[in-house]
Amino acid sequence: MSGNWIEVCAADEIDEEDVIRFDHDGRTFAVYRSPDDEYFATDGLCTHEHIHLADGLVMDDIIECPKHNGRFNYKTGQANGAPVCVNLKTYPVKVEAGSVFIALV
Amino acid sequence: MNRPANKIVIVGAGECGARAAFALREKGYEGDITLIGAEPHLPYERPPLSKEGLAGQLDPKYVADAERYEAAGIQVLTDAAVQAIDRGAKTVRISDGRDLSYNRLLLATGASPRPFPGHSPTSSLVRVLRTHAEAAAIRLKLAPGKLLAIIGGGFIGLELASTARKFGAEVVLLEGLPRVLSRGVPEEIAAVVAERHRLEGVDIRCNARIADIEERGEKVEIDLDDGGILIADLVVVGIGAIPNTALAEAAGLAIDNGIAVDETLCTSDPDIFAAGDCCSFPLGHYDGRRIRLEAWRNAQDQGTLAAANLLGAAETIASVPWFWSDQYDLTLQIAGLADGAVLTVQRDLGDGAFILFHLDASGRLISASGIGTGNAIARDIRLAEMLIAAGKRPDPQALGSTDIKLKALLAA
Ligand SMILES: Cc1cc2nc3c(=O)[nH]c(=O)nc-3n(C[C@H](O)[C@H](O)[C@H](O)COP(=O)(O)OP(=O)(O)OC[C@H]3O[C@@H](n4cnc5c(N)ncnc54)[C@H](O)[C@@H]3O)c2cc1C
Ligand code: FES
Repeated sequence: MSGNWIEVCAADEIDEEDVIRFDHDGRTFAVYRSPDDEYFATDGLCTHEHIHLADGLVMDDIIECPKHNGRFNYKTGQANGAPVCVNLKTYPVKVEAGSVFIALV
Repeated sequence: MNRPANKIVIVGAGECGARAAFALREKGYEGDITLIGAEPHLPYERPPLSKEGLAGQLDPKYVADAERYEAAGIQVLTDAAVQAIDRGAKTVRISDGRDLSYNRLLLATGASPRPFPGHSPTSSLVRVLRTHAEAAAIRLKLAPGKLLAIIGGGFIGLELASTARKFGAEVVLLEGLPRVLSRGVPEEIAAVVAERHRLEGVDIRCNARIADIEERGEKVEIDLDDGGILIADLVVVGIGAIPNTALAEAAGLAIDNGIAVDETLCTSDPDIFAAGDCCSFPLGHYDGRRIRLEAWRNAQDQGTLAAANLLGAAETIASVPWFWSDQYDLTLQIAGLADGAVLTVQRDLGDGAFILFHLDASGRLISASGIGTGNAIARDIRLAEMLIAAGKRPDPQALGSTDIKLKALLAA
């Protein structure tokens, strides 16, 4: 169950094909808006060296880590090759009344 | 090329060799893979050795753990140096006396630190930094009250200086040229780096001429041409690296500032490829200019490309050179090559972070270098790299204006 919905920001605060950092309750997340105007969320730190992914570049469904260009599919969390090999955790996202919410599990 | 690859031997178990081995499996290759490395460890990442990895970690940061090699069916021989290649018999001679046959060979032998002229690279007081073992030995000497003298103001020397300061060691850095980072880094960026080191208490001496280095018991005396004398607890020499070409040279392969390969990473023997720090290659984005890189992502990219071509793909080098360095909380990144630039444009990203874009006479973007705290410059450098790869001639004013997103220039 994804009972615990947390408001992140207004939907238009994230540009299309972009990402923002969202900190909540001692945890950090990355929240994405895809080129097709869908929203996604993953853990905020790269699984290689714990760098904030929100400083990275979003291209289609890929987030590229700013530090050493490790790549993840932000829709599935899948690590897409060296130097990253551990997947990212993903979280459910919804948009309601112009705001983005993520479900923390 | 005759038979399809079914016995692939990789000489050199570093970043590049390891990446090539995994990439072969990712591309569906099912034959034998033997990865042979002279060091006692499985392949590990070198960049941390001068950075956070020097902070006393017992184990290096491995590229992959033993289970992953096992699961991928990659045989790794550690502590095993390849001593000779017999190209006629298609075998390599290993230090334990065995001959191993191959039908495709990849040389990923990397580079070795250039020793200080007239000094043994294995002295315990005058060291170099390339391996985990060397990093561990250097770490033991870094403490308050100890003086570390670094020879060479390149990336490794400067990164080591910043890490040594974290341990409280005193640091003097001797650079022979008028400024640090004179190879490949714009002066404005080198100045930011040098100033930060000064604020952190590193004594950087440019135009330094070393007359003599002498070990005296537990100390090392460095005599300078200007009459100055330094008494250091440890000297680390960081004056560049030399590609490991001896093996290839003895086998009669073409050498040209590294093992010479073509745009597919193939050496002068069609069954032997070379990749990473050990090879020189023609770079398509820059009129086929022959260069050699000592860069971590290049080692990975070329490892992956070599894997494809060992299997007969004949793909050509397409990536743009990219490098990063971390010192204190500063990160510097460089994409492309700035030689031949006629115009430089600065883009200020706030909090002192900035990027310099270099354009050639035709207006083409050929390089971007940036510096800032954390990852302030990373995204724009990455976009610049894509602009370079696409051969774009962006409006210089747009490059300088943060109102205009670089992503928009890429689409233009
Ligand atoms: C301290 C340090 C910090 C660095 N920091 C950065 C950085 O911040 N950013 C960046 O982009 N790059 C950095 N680099 C560069 C980067 O680490 C190298 O570009 C990369 O390691 C090259 O990989 P390689 O596999 O080609 O060579 P190497 O990593 O050198 O590996 C080659 C391996 O082959 C082995 N070998 C050689 N000959 C034989 C033989 N005959 N038989 C068996 N084995 C053999 C060697 O022992 C070695 O283990 C750094 C390098 C160092 C040393
Ligand atoms: S920290 Fe993300 S790829 Fe290294």
